Parts: sequence; C-alpha cells; structure tokens
Amino acid sequence: MAGKVKWVTDIEKSVLINNFEKRGWVQVTDSEDWNFYWMSVQTIRNVFSVEAGYRLSDDQIVNHFPNHYELTRKDLMVKNIKRYRKELEKEGSPLAEKDENGKYLYLDFVPVTYMLPADYNLFVEEFRKSPSSTWIMKPCGKAQGKGIFLINKLSQIKKWSRDSKTSSFVSQSTKEAYVISLYINNPLLIGGRKFDLRLYVLVSTYRPLRCYMYKLGFCRFCTVKYTPSTSELDNMFVHLTNVAIQKHGEDYNHIHGGKWTVNNLRLYLESTRGKEVTGKLFDEIHWIIVQSLKAVAPVMNNDKHCFECYGYDIIIDDKLKPWLIEVNASPSLTSSTANDRILKYNLINDTLNIAVPNGEIPDCKWNKSPPKEVLGNYEILYDEELAQGDGADRELRSRPGQSLGPKGGRSRDSGRTVLTTWK
Amino acid sequence: MLQEESDLSLVIAQIVQKLKGSHLYAQLERQAWGSWEKRILKSLNSMCTELSIPLARKRPVGEQKELLNKWNEMGTDEPDLSLFRPVYAPKDFLEVLINLRNPNYENGDSLSFRTHLGLIQVPLKVKDIPELKEFFVELGLTTGQLGIDDSTQVPPELFENEHVRIGQKVLAEQDSAAAQQYVRQGSPTALRAELWALILNISSQPEDILYYEQLKTNVIQHDLLVDSLIYKDVKLTASNDDYYFVFEDYLYQVLLCFSRDTSVLGHFAYNSASPPKSYIRGKLGLEEYAVFYPPNGVIPFHGFSMYVAPLCFLYHEPSKLYQIFREMYVRFFFRLHSISSHPSGIVSLCLLFETLLQTYLPQLFYHLREIGAQPLRISFKWMVRAFSGYLATDQLLLLWDRILGYNSLEILAGKILAAAVFAFRAVNLMEVTSLAAAEAVLADLSTLKVMPLLQIFLFATVT
Repeated sequence: MAGKVKWVTDIEKSVLINNFEKRGWVQVTDSEDWNFYWMSVQTIRNVFSVEAGYRLSDDQIVNHFPNHYELTRKDLMVKNIKRYRKELEKEGSPLAEKDENGKYLYLDFVPVTYMLPADYNLFVEEFRKSPSSTWIMKPCGKAQGKGIFLINKLSQIKKWSRDSKTSSFVSQSTKEAYVISLYINNPLLIGGRKFDLRLYVLVSTYRPLRCYMYKLGFCRFCTVKYTPSTSELDNMFVHLTNVAIQKHGEDYNHIHGGKWTVNNLRLYLESTRGKEVTGKLFDEIHWIIVQSLKAVAPVMNNDKHCFECYGYDIIIDDKLKPWLIEVNASPSLTSSTANDRILKYNLINDTLNIAVPNGEIPDCKWNKSPPKEVLGNYEILYDEELAQGDGADRELRSRPGQSLGPKGGRSRDSGRTVLTTWK
Repeated sequence: MLQEESDLSLVIAQIVQKLKGSHLYAQLERQAWGSWEKRILKSLNSMCTELSIPLARKRPVGEQKELLNKWNEMGTDEPDLSLFRPVYAPKDFLEVLINLRNPNYENGDSLSFRTHLGLIQVPLKVKDIPELKEFFVELGLTTGQLGIDDSTQVPPELFENEHVRIGQKVLAEQDSAAAQQYVRQGSPTALRAELWALILNISSQPEDILYYEQLKTNVIQHDLLVDSLIYKDVKLTASNDDYYFVFEDYLYQVLLCFSRDTSVLGHFAYNSASPPKSYIRGKLGLEEYAVFYPPNGVIPFHGFSMYVAPLCFLYHEPSKLYQIFREMYVRFFFRLHSISSHPSGIVSLCLLFETLLQTYLPQLFYHLREIGAQPLRISFKWMVRAFSGYLATDQLLLLWDRILGYNSLEILAGKILAAAVFAFRAVNLMEVTSLAAAEAVLADLSTLKVMPLLQIFLFATVT
C-alpha cells in the first residue's frame, strides 16, 4: 500500500518517537487522519467511551484494548482470576484441582487479596487467622508505588472499616478503592536483597489468544538490605522495588540502576540451585502469565484495532514460587540508565514490527500472525490457534531449560497433558 | 668447512646468550620486584602518614559490636573514602614491566628478539601457535565445547546432553583429576560450582568454616588501613558493574577476611616475589619487629575485588565462597600481578600476546604501533583481571573453566584470548588513528563469545 503511516502520540518519549521516525512514518495530530496512535491510558478511555462515538476505521491501530483495566486494575485482575478459577472448578477441569488445604495446585499465583472497603469483613476474618502476618495496601488506580503502605495491625486500616452503607466515606469513588493483599515476606533474596521481575508481554488478540513474551525482561533490586522486621515496615526502600521509589534512595546507582537482566537471574539460579528447578520456575512464570490472560480473555473487548504491551510484575519467594503482583497497561518508557534506554528502544521496535507488519499502513483485518523473522526479542508465549491445531506442539516446543513458553500440552484447556509435564 | 664452523659458533653464541640471559633475568626479576615492592609500600606508608591513620589498630568494643551487626550489609556503610586512593592500578604495573630490560641485551640480541617491537623486552620463552594447538588440543574444532556446541541452533543430543551426563558421573565419583580434564570442554552451569570445588579440593569441612569465622573475628577486632582500600575498590569497581553490584556485601566479607589470612603467605614460596614487610612503630629495620603487612602479604590494587565478584554467581555461602577464592588466588590470580618468568606469569602472558599479534597480524600490529596505540596497553588490563568485568559473566565462567582445566592462565588471560579479540576487531582497528579510538573499538567486550573466538584464532588461522 502506498503512503506513509501517520502516527500520533500523547506520550513524549524519545524511545517511541525515534522508532516512528526511523520507519519514515509521518507525525500528525489526533484531529487529522491517523493510522497509528500510541495513547496514554487516559486517552484510550476517551476514545472508546460511549459518548465519544469514536469509530476507528480499518487502517487505524491503537496500543490499548478498550477495557484493559480488567487486567491492569489490581482489584479487577483479582476478581477476574477468582471468577476464572471458580468457572474451571465448576466444569471439573483438572486445572482447578486443589490440595488438602483447599489451595489451588496450579492456579494459586496471586497472593490472597481483598477489596476494601467492600470485603472488609472477609478480610478481618482472614487476618485473624494469622495475626502476625503483614499485609500490603495498594490504591487500585495508582501506579509507581504511590500510596502503598504495609500494615500488620487492624487498627492501621480503621477507616476502611466503616459500614459501607454510610455515605460519608467515599467508597463510591473508585479512586479511593484499595486492595489489600497478603504480603510476601519470604521473597527470594539475592545478595541479601529483595527484587522483583518486570516482564513485557505483547497481546495482539484475546480471542483467539495470541501473546508474546519479551526475552529481555529485568529484575529490579531494592538498594537496602531486606529485613522482614517490623521496625522497617515503613521503609519503602526495603520493600518496594519500583524504580520510581528506589531512584530516590541514597544508594541508587545510575549506571546499572539496580537492575539485572533475566538472563543473569537465570545464570545465578542455575549455578546455585540447579537447572531443573530453574527451568521449572521459568515455566511457572510463563504459565501464570498465560493463565492471567486467559482469565480476562472472555471479558475483554477484543477490538481488532487494538494490541497491547503489558508490564508484568512478578515476585519470586524463597521456595522459588512466582507470584503475580500486578499487570501494567502503560509500562514506563522512561529510561533510568543507558542500558535501559537501549532496552526500551528495542522493545518498542520489536513491538511495532509485530503490531504493524512491514511498517506499512495497517489493515486491522489482517490475521495477526507475523512471520517468525520479525519477532526480534519476542518469543511466542501462547498461540491459541496453533495450540488447538494439529502439530501445534512443533511451534511451541522449546529446548530444555530455555522455555519458549508452555509446552504443547499445556495449551489445551483440558489440561490433561499439563499434569503430566508438571508432575 | 668454514661455513659449518661459523654456523656452529653462531649457535653456541646464541645458547650462551640464552643461558646468560636467563640467569641475568632471574636477578633482574628480583631487582625489579624489589623496587616495585618498595614503591608500593612507600605509597601505603605515606597514605598512612598523610591521613594520620595507623596501618592497623584495635577497634574499641562499641565499634566492634556495630560492625558485627552490620556484617551482612557493609555496603551501606558510607565511610569517607575520598582521601584514599588505590595503591596502584594495572597501568602502573605495566610501566614497571615495560622497563624490565636487560642492559646486556643492547648488543648481541638473540636473532629472533631483535625484531620484537612490542613493549615487553624480556627474552622469555613462550609457546607459538603450533605448540599452543598441542597444549590446548581439547579446544580443537572437532571436539565438542560448551560455549559453542550448546547454542540454541544445535540440538542438545549432539553434544550437550552427553556432556552433562559425563559431568554428573565425574561428580558422583568425586574424581578431581577427571573433573579437571572434563572442564576443558566447558562446564554445564548447574554443575560448575561443584566441579570447581572438586578441582580445587575445597570441601567445606567444619574446620574450614571455623577458620573463616576466626578470620571474621579478626576483622571485627582489628581495623586495617587496607580495609579502606578494599572498600574503595569495591565501590569503584564491583558496585558499578551490571552483573556484580548485587553481591557488594559478599565482597567485603571475603576480602576483609582475605587480608588477614596468613595462610596466604604460603604462596610466596613459589612466587618469586616476597611479601611486603612493615615494622612495629619505632623499630624500623629491626628484623625481630618485622611483620607482614597486610597479614596475607597481598596489597590490593585497583580492580582486585573483581577476582572475587564472578565467584558470587556460583557460591552464596560466605565461607565456601571464601575458600574457593583463596584457592583460585594462590593458584592463579597472584601470577597476574607479580613479576616472574613462569609461563603463566603476567610477563610471559604479555610477551606471548605481543608475539602472537606481531607474528600473525603484523599489519594490524604495526598500524597500531604507528598511531601510538601499542596493543599491550589496551589488553593489559584485561589480562591482569583475568577478563573479569570485561566479558559477560557466562562467557567469563566458560573461560575460567579452561583456566582450571588446563591449570594455566595462558589461555585467557590473555595471551590467546586477548590476541583473538584484536584479530576479531582487526578491520575496525585498522581504521583508527589514535589510541583513544583504538580503546573505543575495544571498550565493550560484553557481547563477545569466548570459545568461538579462541577456536578460530588457534585452529583456523593460516600460519
């Protein structure tokens, strides 16, 4: 197709703009005809709101799904996963199998979470079962670690205990809604420090589900030594790994930014813990990402004009179990170090190569199946179509210890083959 | 008849020169080391005087307690280190080596040596490529290697799986010699920690742990000036490293103990250097009052902590990490910063590097010399650090596998690897016109794959 791609963005980041310019795309404003719009989450809300009556044409693509918040808002993510698990349980799926304590064997990857104030009473019941545990309070709609705090006493969240029937508390406003989750106080430590994993996942369609994992994820380390001691609960430098918070700590280093590549993590774990358990850990990480996407797939508006690149935050505990903490719709494109800048530049580059094939004017009716050569640093995490076709295993099979994603069997919903690979 | 005679006398003359040279060289060596040693001690002493800090002092009880509490996070301590400077850096050491010259060699140079245009002017015998090929036969093109034959394009059944199986067998049988032979082809990541321990004969007995705890107590009770040098070094190097910053605290725990470990003095028996001595206050020159300073006889230089850093990827138990490092130091690393004629010594490595480069890449060599970018000036720092901090960790560990396997530093450090790196970037290097530009071309080795480089240089170069 002749003509250059016309792009718009409301996020002024060089890693984005450089990528558009290097493709020879033309910048336009949003009131003109555009083909590609990299939007902030506020803008996507407007574009797809009922009042806007916005109609995207076939040659227009945007970087968010209309109701991405089903996955990216902390309370909705948990709600959807709980719903998904219940559904599987109802169908008698082996995926929903539980152990003797009533914990899901394969789907217990989100720490116990309650919405406040709605689930306050349920939370109190749970809290009383293990009163020495620590919980983390997070505002539903904020990012970058803002407004987060830890509690270990009921009195610290008194104000959410008010009867939700009274109108004096702004429980109606979703801005003030909080989730409270069991704090993982036994994180895996490396060099005595806590860290979390940031992984990038690209979803091109939810039904059928097709998602890609970026191979170059990274670990974010806290600058201060981890201690579960209660006196340090207020020290956010110990507990929160958001770079936005760590950047202000005294020991923040601007060369490495407190970050490690996932490959370093892999090397370290293989060297100190062994290949099998490391392979299993990474397989589990892929698994929980795919399950979280499957959980929201039924409620997602699978608009064909959309794709989305998510930032997954995962914590590994000292038993090498990964936990899904949250999913970000707008992972930060700010670069804290030179390495960072390169990584994010390449991330956008590879994302665009998949979302906008050949860098040409898009046609949203295309089959969203890019050839292997354009994947760059992405690898196929899960492809529902391939998984359900014959010979699907060939595409998804990976070399031992280098997971390319769930092995062929795991992709089938019956889950029967899953159990053999896992057990 | 005359011709034969003159040939013969030439040969004899050469032999005589060689013999003279080696005897003279040993003397030279001792002299050079002696004066270098004096220099660094002087530097240490003057730092001491300037800053009014004793070389050693006992800590008051309060301070001891504090340190004990902070033992696992000494990295968060921010003592004022601005006045401390590293006692020396690799480039200072290089200058000493360059100035190692035998005055008798001005006339009647051995023929081959007259044409040596590198910085090292010491006539040591070094292996040439055919000899290297023989020595490193397991690195040949037809033998499987980790670092090449385990890449994603190669099906694991071809080499990797079998190699892993053999490795597990070696470990099960606890066969140290077999382990050493085995890692010549590289070690699988999951087996490496155990294999290295087996090769180095480290087994973490209770007495070893006790010994480490003793050293730790020593650290708590006494403060040494070198401690500040160690802190400074870690802060300057490992803390800024993408791979090793995570392990900062382990480095203090290892290095502070290391400086107090008198058992390390044992390695001076086979090191032609001698440990630096200091004297109890007021008793200068009186042998009865001489003590080794620091207690282990090793004064750390800029980058020293990088010998320990890569090991943190393998061992996370401090006493084990300590033992492994100590053994690696007394077997290998010490040779990289002392003057000797040993084939794994830094002087030989430098000479080999220059010889290889001059012989097999003469154009590049001359070009770099012309623009004032003597190759050794660039590669020296790689070799002194055994490439730590310059290569990606997984590649570095593959390289160190081979050091252990061949019990020799010849491979890495430089000689060969450094030469191979130059060969690899030869095209770009031919185009540079300044030392700075040459440094820039070679600044980032983090993407290099060690084993393919070595193989190509050793086995595929047309001689």
